[in-house]
Amino acid sequence: MTDIRPATEVAENSGTVSPRGAAHLLANFEKQLRSGDSDFLLDVEFDVPPGFTILFGASGAGKTTLLDCLAGLATPDLGTVSLGNRLLFDSSRRTNVPTAHRRAGYVFQSLALFRHMTVEQNVAYGIAHLPHHERSSRAHSLLDAFRISHLTRRKAGNISGGESQRVALARTLVTDPEFLLMDEPLAALDAPTKARIMEDLREWNRAHGIPILYVTHSREEVFALGERVIVLDGGRVLAQGTPHEVLNAPHMETVAQLAGFENIFDAVVEVVRPERGTMTCRIPGEAGGVVLETPLVRGGVGSTLRVGIRAGDILLAISPPTGLSARNLIPGRIQSLEQRDVIVSAQVRSRVLMEVHLTMAARDSLGLVPGKEVWLVIKTHSCHLMRR
Amino acid sequence: MPIDWQTFRLTLELAFTVSVILLALGVPIACWIAFSRWRWKFLVEAVVALPIVLPPTVLGFYVLVALGPRSPVGRWWTSLTGHTLAFTFAGLVIGSILYSLPFAVQPFAASFSAVDRKLIAASATLGASPLRTFFRIVAPISAPGLVTGVALSFAHTMGEFGVVLMVGGNIPGITRTVSIDIYDRVQAGDYAGAHQTALVLLIVCFVLLAVVYGLNRRASVIYPLK
Repeated sequence: MTDIRPATEVAENSGTVSPRGAAHLLANFEKQLRSGDSDFLLDVEFDVPPGFTILFGASGAGKTTLLDCLAGLATPDLGTVSLGNRLLFDSSRRTNVPTAHRRAGYVFQSLALFRHMTVEQNVAYGIAHLPHHERSSRAHSLLDAFRISHLTRRKAGNISGGESQRVALARTLVTDPEFLLMDEPLAALDAPTKARIMEDLREWNRAHGIPILYVTHSREEVFALGERVIVLDGGRVLAQGTPHEVLNAPHMETVAQLAGFENIFDAVVEVVRPERGTMTCRIPGEAGGVVLETPLVRGGVGSTLRVGIRAGDILLAISPPTGLSARNLIPGRIQSLEQRDVIVSAQVRSRVLMEVHLTMAARDSLGLVPGKEVWLVIKTHSCHLMRR
Repeated sequence: MPIDWQTFRLTLELAFTVSVILLALGVPIACWIAFSRWRWKFLVEAVVALPIVLPPTVLGFYVLVALGPRSPVGRWWTSLTGHTLAFTFAGLVIGSILYSLPFAVQPFAASFSAVDRKLIAASATLGASPLRTFFRIVAPISAPGLVTGVALSFAHTMGEFGVVLMVGGNIPGITRTVSIDIYDRVQAGDYAGAHQTALVLLIVCFVLLAVVYGLNRRASVIYPLK
C-alpha cells in the first residue's frame, strides 16, 4: 500500500510550536514477556512528537507494557528510550532513570486515585517538594482548570467516575510532566463528558506542548484527538502516520477490524491489469461467488488476499443502474433491516452476505423491505486489500 | 495464694516490648516478602513461618543454645554486658520475637500484597521515593493489617509458655510470666489461684483483641480495600 508509511520510518515533526523546544519522545526497544505459557515479544520503534499521538491496538497488543517501559515501571531487555537529549533508558550503557525521576505523567486506566486521601491531597501529592503557598496555588489552579475545585475536601473514594477522571488528570498534570502517557483514561465515560474533558486537555496542551501518548481503541477518539496514530499489533508497530493515512488504508487485517470494516472477505486474485492500476478478485460463495474489481496491489494471479469494504461505502439501487463510474455492480436481495441509532443496517444476500448502511430517508424513499431485490454498487477504491 | 500482679506487669512489659520491636522488624521483612521478585523468596517465607509449626520447646531450645556462653552471639553479648542472655528479660524478648515473628509478618505481608500495584506505580510516577510511597500510600491502606499483626504478636506473646520456660526459666520478677505462674500453681495444687490468674489473663486478652478488631472495623471503613 503506497500511502502507508513503513513502521520504521521516523515521522518528521508536524511543526507544532512548543514552549519546551519540541522535545520528541523516541523509543526503540524490545522486551520479552511471559504471559501464561506463551512468550510474547514487544519489539517497537517509534517517535512521539509534541501533541497527541494515539497508540491504537487490540487488547493484548502490548500497549500497557509499552507505556510501562516508557515510564520506567517495566524494564526493556534491549534498546533505548529518550526524551529530546535526555536519555531515560539505554541497555548498552546500563542507563535506567528511575520512574520517580523520569518526569513522566502517567494516567492509568484504573486511574489509581489515592482513595484514602482528599481530592486536594491527591492533586498536591506530586508537588510535595514545593513551598506550601506555591503548592496550594498550583493545586488550586489545576483544580480550577479541570473544574473540580468544589470537590477539594472530598475523599477521592467518594466522587463520581467523571470527577475521578478529572482528578487523575489534574494530579498528573500539576507535576508539570515532560511527557504524558494515558492508558484509556476516558474509557468509562459517556460521550459528552468525554468530549468536555478532551477539550480541557487540549486546552492544557496548547500551553505546554509536550509529547502525549494516548492509548485507545475507540475510532472516534482517534479522529477527535489524534494528530498522529501508532498502530500496535502483536508487540510490533504496524503503521504510524496521520489517522487518515493509517485508518483509511489499512494494510493488515487487524487494522481493518479496528478501523471498522463491516465486510471482510477472503479473495483470490484472478486477473491483474497493471496498466489500469486495477485487478479482479473473486470472493468464493454460492454459484461461483462474487467478482470484484479492486485497486492493484503486489501479489500475482492466484494469490489470496482479504478485502475490506465499509458498510457505509456501498450504494443500494432498486433497479439496475446504468452510466455509473463504479465498476462493481452486484445483484442481491435484502435479508434483514435493522435500525441502529440514526442509521439503518441492511443485510443483503447476494452470492455472499454483505452489510450496507443507509439513512432512514433512503430506506423510506426506496421502500426497502426484507425480500426486496436490490443492486449493490461498490467503487473500486472502496475495496481495501489486506495481507492475510 | 492471691494473684501475683508482678507476673502480669512483667508479661505486659514483655508483650509490649516484643510487639514494638516486631512492628519495626516485621514491616521491612514483610515489605521485602510482598514486593521482592527474587525467585528463592519462598525459602525466606518458609523460615519466617517456621515458628507456627515448630513446638515452642524446640524453638526455645535452639534459642537457648544460640544465646548460651558457647555460641558466638552469646560470647559477644557476654563480652559486652558481662552476663549471658539466657535466663534474662532480654533473652526472653529475643526468644519471643522469633516465636511471634510470623504472627506479625504474615498479616503485614498479606495486607501489603493486597495494595493495588497501580497505586504504588502512580506514586512513583508522581516523583515519590519508595519511603514516601510506603508511608503515604502502602501503610495507610494496610492499616488494618498492621493493627492485626501488632495485636496478634502482642496476644501471642502474652500467652506463650514453652519458649519462655526454655529461655527464661522461672525467675520471679525477671522471667516468670503469667502462663508460667499458672503452671506453677497447678503443679503446687493451688487450683483456686490458677483459676483466678487464668481468668484475668483470659479477660485481658479478650478485651485487647476486642478493642483491636473494633478499631479495625472502623479503619476498614476509613480506608476501604478494593
